Amino acid sequence: MVWTLLLASCACTFTAACEREVRPFQDLAVASARTQTPVLSPLFPGAKPLPAANESPFQNNAYGTAEGKRLFEQFNCSGCHSHGGGGMGPALMDDTWTYGSEPANIFASIVEGRPNGMPAWRNKISDQQVWEVVAYIQSMSGQESIDVLPSRSDHMRYSTPENARRAETPVQTHTP
Amino acid sequence: MTVRLPLWIRQTRTIAALAAVLAAGCSGNQSGLNPHGPIARSIANHTWWMLGMCVVVYVLVMIALFIALARRRRESDDSRETSARLTRNVSIAVGFAIIVLIVIAASSVVAGRGVYSPSGAGAVTVDVVGHQWWWDFQYHDVTPSDVFTSPNELHIPVGVPVVIKAMSTDVIHSFWVPNLMGKRDLIPGVVTNTWIQADEPGVYRGQCAEFCGHQHAHMALNVVAEPMDKFQAWLRHQREPAIEPATDEERRGRDVFMHSTCVTCHAIRGTDAGAHVGPELTHVSSRLTLAAGTLPNARGHLAGWIANSQSIKPGNRMPPNAFTPEDFQALLAYVRSLR
Repeated sequence: MVWTLLLASCACTFTAACEREVRPFQDLAVASARTQTPVLSPLFPGAKPLPAANESPFQNNAYGTAEGKRLFEQFNCSGCHSHGGGGMGPALMDDTWTYGSEPANIFASIVEGRPNGMPAWRNKISDQQVWEVVAYIQSMSGQESIDVLPSRSDHMRYSTPENARRAETPVQTHTP
Repeated sequence: MTVRLPLWIRQTRTIAALAAVLAAGCSGNQSGLNPHGPIARSIANHTWWMLGMCVVVYVLVMIALFIALARRRRESDDSRETSARLTRNVSIAVGFAIIVLIVIAASSVVAGRGVYSPSGAGAVTVDVVGHQWWWDFQYHDVTPSDVFTSPNELHIPVGVPVVIKAMSTDVIHSFWVPNLMGKRDLIPGVVTNTWIQADEPGVYRGQCAEFCGHQHAHMALNVVAEPMDKFQAWLRHQREPAIEPATDEERRGRDVFMHSTCVTCHAIRGTDAGAHVGPELTHVSSRLTLAAGTLPNARGHLAGWIANSQSIKPGNRMPPNAFTPEDFQALLAYVRSLR
């Protein structure tokens, strides 16, 4: 009886691990279609609206986070933000979120750009890839569950792996 | 009374079909048993020698087994005679095993020399860079502006060795063109050297031979072997920057390319597009296939690939793209014009 329970709990543990690596390849076309229509005027009535979905399709998704990490290097985000420690651009691995820590805030920062140097990537990076980068940026300060955080880097500069860092509590310094 | 034929006669057709399937492996493209270059020939010869020795050993062992089964132990055998016969038989077997070993070792040495010593100085040097899941071939030149890349399509001159420097940017891949050469692993952070040579003109298909992730099976390449003059003409053409768009639609397509997601990953020499995340597209429509040997290079396939490549090669690094129909047609016209 004890052994049966033990085996059953082991089996449950294993099946739980299957969820971690879901790769939503076929849903990506849907996730890519939102920022492709250009905004004609920067003027909005009232407060600036957030992008439609506040939930990233790659939230807590190990595959999306890993892809975001690759794109962070390949799109040269590290040119300004370094590998999270900041340089010309602000640090991304600390607890300070100038424009908000919600996935939609980060999405807006990438797509719309921000004052003092952050370029707008609208129409230059597909939404799917923006969401992947968002997932990675969240993982840098431990805003995702620990099992999806990357554990190693492909670049030569060594820093503590994302899954070995302390999870920060987000502090927002500005109201967007 | 019906005569029951032996099994192998009754099943002649099945056996013939099976033999045909096996024999098909000896011919055709992407087969190591159909060598078209000195390396592949060395390997194929070694394979046949080993197979031949195995057949000889198998046949002799079977003969010995049947003799042993058929011959009854004689009553008069005394132990001294048995022991003498045993010594003799074991000596014969050991002697024969040593001969087999020497023949296979000699064949192996000959094959190794064939694989590792190029038949002359290299005519061209090419970097083979493995990516998930495509190949990049960079042609060396003393003039930096003449260095160019030819994704997924390796052109080589016939009859001369081409030096290959193999490397990888992400995981371990393996470069394998069975008709021309054996496998060579591409290891991140390490440059390995090898060479390739084709003796006859033709298109030889190659394939990644080391499991490298989701689309490993769709990581193929074409080796196009041409006579030296045609190869030189190809080199000259590839060194050129992309041709200027000729029509209004192509010009619009170029604008679409330069102001959309395409430009973030792809390079077209002679334009502002200079990213090297994905394959270079300067002469993309002169290639035989799209997406590393996955699709024939035709307008319809290109359209499907750009619109949603994830439905064709799930997991590849190109995201789906949404364009207005007019922009999309213009973009297709422009990319098709990049010959």
